[in-house]
Amino acid sequence: MTSLDKINRRNGLLFCAPWLIGLTVFLIYPLCAAFYYSLCDYSVLLPPVFIGFDNYVDLVKDPLFWKSLGNTAYFATGSVLLGLVVSLTLALLLNSKIKGLGIYRTIFFLPSLMPVVAGSILWLWMYNGQSGIINTGLRAIGIAGPAWLADPTWAKPAIVIMAVWGAGNAMVVYLAGLQDVPTSLYEAAIIDGAGFFQRLFNVTIPMISPVIYFNVVLSIIAGFQAFTQAFIMTGSTGAPERSTLFYVLNLYNVGFQDLRMGYASAMAWVLFIVILVLTFGATKLSKRWVTYDR
Amino acid sequence: MKGRLLQALLSFSRGAGFAAVALVAVAALASAGCSAPVNKQAPRHITYWEKWTGFEGEAMDVVVDDFNAKEVAKAKADPSYAPIEVEKVTISNVEQKLLIAIAGGNPPDLAGNYSFYVAAYADNGALTDLGPMLKKSGFDRNVYIPHYIELGEYRNKTWAVPIVPASIALLTNKRLFQEAGLDPEKPPVTIEELDAYAAKLTKWEVTLPNGEKKIESGYLPDVPADKKRLIQAGFLPGEPGWWGYGWGYFFGGKLVDGPDKITAADPRNQQAFEWVASYSKNLGVGVTKRFRSGFGNFSSPQNAFLSGKVAMVLQGVWMHNFIEKYAPGLQWAAAPFPYPAAHPELAFTTNADADVLVIPKDSPHPDEAFEFIKYVSTQAALEKLCLGQQKFTPLKDVSEEFWRVHPNPYIRLFRELGMSKNAFSIPQTGVWNEYNREIGNAVDLIQNLSQTPADALSEVQTKMQAALDRNRRILARRDAK
Repeated sequence: MTSLDKINRRNGLLFCAPWLIGLTVFLIYPLCAAFYYSLCDYSVLLPPVFIGFDNYVDLVKDPLFWKSLGNTAYFATGSVLLGLVVSLTLALLLNSKIKGLGIYRTIFFLPSLMPVVAGSILWLWMYNGQSGIINTGLRAIGIAGPAWLADPTWAKPAIVIMAVWGAGNAMVVYLAGLQDVPTSLYEAAIIDGAGFFQRLFNVTIPMISPVIYFNVVLSIIAGFQAFTQAFIMTGSTGAPERSTLFYVLNLYNVGFQDLRMGYASAMAWVLFIVILVLTFGATKLSKRWVTYDR
Repeated sequence: MKGRLLQALLSFSRGAGFAAVALVAVAALASAGCSAPVNKQAPRHITYWEKWTGFEGEAMDVVVDDFNAKEVAKAKADPSYAPIEVEKVTISNVEQKLLIAIAGGNPPDLAGNYSFYVAAYADNGALTDLGPMLKKSGFDRNVYIPHYIELGEYRNKTWAVPIVPASIALLTNKRLFQEAGLDPEKPPVTIEELDAYAAKLTKWEVTLPNGEKKIESGYLPDVPADKKRLIQAGFLPGEPGWWGYGWGYFFGGKLVDGPDKITAADPRNQQAFEWVASYSKNLGVGVTKRFRSGFGNFSSPQNAFLSGKVAMVLQGVWMHNFIEKYAPGLQWAAAPFPYPAAHPELAFTTNADADVLVIPKDSPHPDEAFEFIKYVSTQAALEKLCLGQQKFTPLKDVSEEFWRVHPNPYIRLFRELGMSKNAFSIPQTGVWNEYNREIGNAVDLIQNLSQTPADALSEVQTKMQAALDRNRRILARRDAK
């Protein structure tokens, strides 16, 4: 290695340092520390006591762990599918050439700028069983709406529906993808006599499949970490009847209310692995249906 | 015109105030300069975290100011004395933030907390044992109402001192009693009476076959749900539902037996929850939910009791403040919560918890913090604080003046309840948070009629006994280290 190489390497590392330090201090260290604590009784206030894999064994036997995992999977699946359909539809609609397009795009994007806390409070009012706007609207067409967040059957779907509120972000990404689809492909398709749906399924979707893949992975990760909506709208107990007790909410209760940080760390690691496996699975699947044209 | 005059007067008095202060300051400086030696000791600053806001916070501010003024006076008299200076900081969710601060090694010197967190904090070594300091200062625990002083004691040590106690009672709306043909001066005494009154106080808007609407009272089991709309409930166990875990105590049950045994499935608890479920059965689960979702926030005029939507509620001594603020014209009465007719020995059952002062582990100034605790625990200071918060004091002795000026007409009743042998508190166990969530979920299931009380409580029993065993195991493992 010449001295120039050495200088280059040093400078390179120096320029990477802010990121490297950040990654080490705020990600790698906490990750490793959490793994160590997951093998301990740890209340934060007193030194950890090593207990091996007991926390993981208890976890498997804990019905609340399974319940919260199930709730979260329900939410993640619902919000990913609904989010995909809604944001892609919006993007397709907003990709046409109509007057005032910029205004429409802004309007549909705006809700995703609202902080989750404010949005949750707003939806809390909308879902009010007696005077909420949703039930008032349903009553106008002769349907007696449920008590939504107070009803164990409807609370989870209600929170899923609310996830559509944030579809604006994904929509913008889809729009960018859509504008990247070469017009020549559509022209060729039209000459071949392809209708709207044929063009959609044979040109548009294959062409933006990398964007769909990107959005789906991101929303799986976000879906499994759902916390704020439930915490604000139905409380940390996940009422009614624990139908909105999401995984991270359960983790929060165990860690910060019961001070069982070791157990909570084990939960965090299991979640990490679940998300890792799902992302890996999505990537594997993507080889089959994602087309990269370049 | 009137406004301008008032303004002028105000600005004058403010000006005069400043002048007076300046004059006093100059005089003080002058006198200090020529006669008494100046106290050069730096004040000993201590930080005190407290949860209260509004008038409750102001009541404590006055006590803190008094203490600080007394310290300044002491320092003036004795030049070698370094005065203690307490700074009160208002912290929301203090019970959680305090733990984080203690874990981070940066706790305040002194903190306010709730009595029901003492056990969990003590189990985790987060508190300073006040025993030695109390002993040295000649503290007499016998001056306290026994129930409240016990709240700070856990595993044979004293971790906290109660300052503001509370108790709960049945509050009734006298106007609604009158409308229902009941004697407003005679609240129900037994559970059976409560149930009968509640039925009479329940009102519906019924749609008749000819389309006309009519107000009827009672539970109307023969009218189909879509033909009746609930407009007033006599009593709802879930409103406000803050003591849902405690219904068993009103029927003679309890949640724990000693430090190692969970008793959630006690038959008396089951009986209590059968009673809770009877309200869901009488009114209908969906009806109750829709009715409740029309209630406003607790601290607002739309509060279910304050707005007359629910005629009787289980509420605390503080409710008087909310009545004064949001429904000043409300005609109300308070009475001990009813007992089952077959068990007169359960009369005067109440929940009695308290706000307490604790010294966190590794508090930088434990002795100074204790000086403040000592001051607050005097009868004069406690009466000032508790009067300011419109509650009673945790002491056995009460001055005549306190009773005379207290604005709550039922304050003696609430205190009597707090002194009752049937006063119960949140159990002192390190697994309370988890227990509370489990029993809260059981209450939810029972009120929704999704599960029978026997099944729901037996699940809580199994789960919490395992949790308590685990907690004991963790403590044993740690102590063995």
